[in-house]
Amino acid sequence: MSDDIWILGIIMTKFGKHADRDTVDLAAEAAMGALADGGVTMKDMGILAAGCLMQSNAGIGQQLQKQIGQTGIPVYNVANACATGATALRTAIMAVKSGEVDMGLAVGVEKLAGAGLLGGGGRPKSDKNEWSPSGRYGAVANTDGRIGTDAMPGVFAQVGMEYGHKYGGTSFELFAKISEKNHAHSTLNPLAAYSKRFTLDEIMNDMMIAYPNTRPMCSANCDGAAAAVVVSDAKLKTLSLEQQRRAIKVSASVLTTDPYEEACQVLPNVNTLTRNAAKMAYEAAGIGPDDLDLVELHDCFATAELVHYDNLMLCPEGGAVDFFNSGATWRDGSMPVNVSGGLESKGHPIAATGIANIWEVCHHLRGEAGERQIQGAKVGLAHVIGLGSACGVHILEKSGL
Amino acid sequence: MATQIPIVNYLALGDQPHLVATECTNCGARYFDRRNACAGCSGTEFGSAALPTDGEVRSFTIVTFAAPGVQVPFVSAIVDLGGTSARGNIINVEPTPDNVSLGMKVRLATYSLGVDDNDVEAISFGFEPIN
Repeated sequence: MSDDIWILGIIMTKFGKHADRDTVDLAAEAAMGALADGGVTMKDMGILAAGCLMQSNAGIGQQLQKQIGQTGIPVYNVANACATGATALRTAIMAVKSGEVDMGLAVGVEKLAGAGLLGGGGRPKSDKNEWSPSGRYGAVANTDGRIGTDAMPGVFAQVGMEYGHKYGGTSFELFAKISEKNHAHSTLNPLAAYSKRFTLDEIMNDMMIAYPNTRPMCSANCDGAAAAVVVSDAKLKTLSLEQQRRAIKVSASVLTTDPYEEACQVLPNVNTLTRNAAKMAYEAAGIGPDDLDLVELHDCFATAELVHYDNLMLCPEGGAVDFFNSGATWRDGSMPVNVSGGLESKGHPIAATGIANIWEVCHHLRGEAGERQIQGAKVGLAHVIGLGSACGVHILEKSGL
Repeated sequence: MATQIPIVNYLALGDQPHLVATECTNCGARYFDRRNACAGCSGTEFGSAALPTDGEVRSFTIVTFAAPGVQVPFVSAIVDLGGTSARGNIINVEPTPDNVSLGMKVRLATYSLGVDDNDVEAISFGFEPIN
């Protein structure tokens, strides 16, 4: 017996447009799916952690219980930007790790199809024609578009361009090639919102959103849910051999926020907190980046994927461009990244993302990924980042059975 | 003549418009917003620091799709002003990738946002290329 934590059951719904289903329908499909996948029921759960960022004050956990099982267990409704799903999972993991419960359920769900641009905009105009300072900057007018951009495509474009300024080698074409890879990967993923392959020309000539990110280089807003059941090592050992064989070890579960650095309140620094999370995760798991068989990282925009190669230490510091150009991150490369198609094609139903990426890794570690299986995968890493900021990194390992 | 008001508190107007940072007395961390304490060291004493008007583009994007009411296209940039980073648009240049580059030298420039019913003129700022 050890203090290891295992994922017993995990599932993601099809991502895309679910016009005739509400958030609770999607959450219920994911939750019941994860329970069935683990061979357990709501009666076995000691805790429920749930997230739905766009309805973060709606008590999605209790709404879900009212449809699938009101067993009286504690519910933690969590919200942590794009790291909401990872935060829900980590909440369940911490509850099991503390010894308070031996099984927990984590659910992330979002209805985001047609949501359009996230971030940006600003305050409504007042009726009076009067310049009146308000807020922490004493602004007399909307600053989005006047003092830089608040919207996500531009913020993350600047994140990628900043990397180019620091290390060189980036270009519009380079970032578009990252998107080309992820869209190519998505053709093998039946649960992706979009599974169409694009040529490099098509990507570069599509509608420009925020240079250098064109539309297919941006994550796709869509509907979806994902859920996971976690279990203690002691409890797992009482379950069937088949359950033990399919269980995936959580070798590291880390959540960080951004430490103060110069400029971090001017342009969000998504690098340091990711690097910190990765370091802590590798140390906790006792493995290094070279041991990973696949990585699902937070490609909310093509410009973001590049910097996270470096932040997750998949390449030497400053070497992300060469690393990508070597072909390493394609599914037949030495370090497959986002074989699911990534957020750019699989889609990004915010709170579901941080569990769905873990499902993708588990799917391969269990050898159940069908056509897109990374052969012989034993260890994988899943990463999410939410602006604000919060970063979740999980390292997962195949059962030795 | 109308009196003037800056678009944000940290823009100082006058003969030589410039940005003014709120600087932590203890650790030197610089901010542009109203502070409760320092995010770097939790100190609560602050002074102010006038920033240079000339700087270098550390990162940029050209926004062509924005929230309703936000005029596009525009260039959003992170500008290094003598070691302190600030956010601003690159102005007085066509917003195309050919006209903006990483490492480009820029200087602060101001423009009018218009006059309100009280005859107060709001002044905004951006950064223009130094030729």
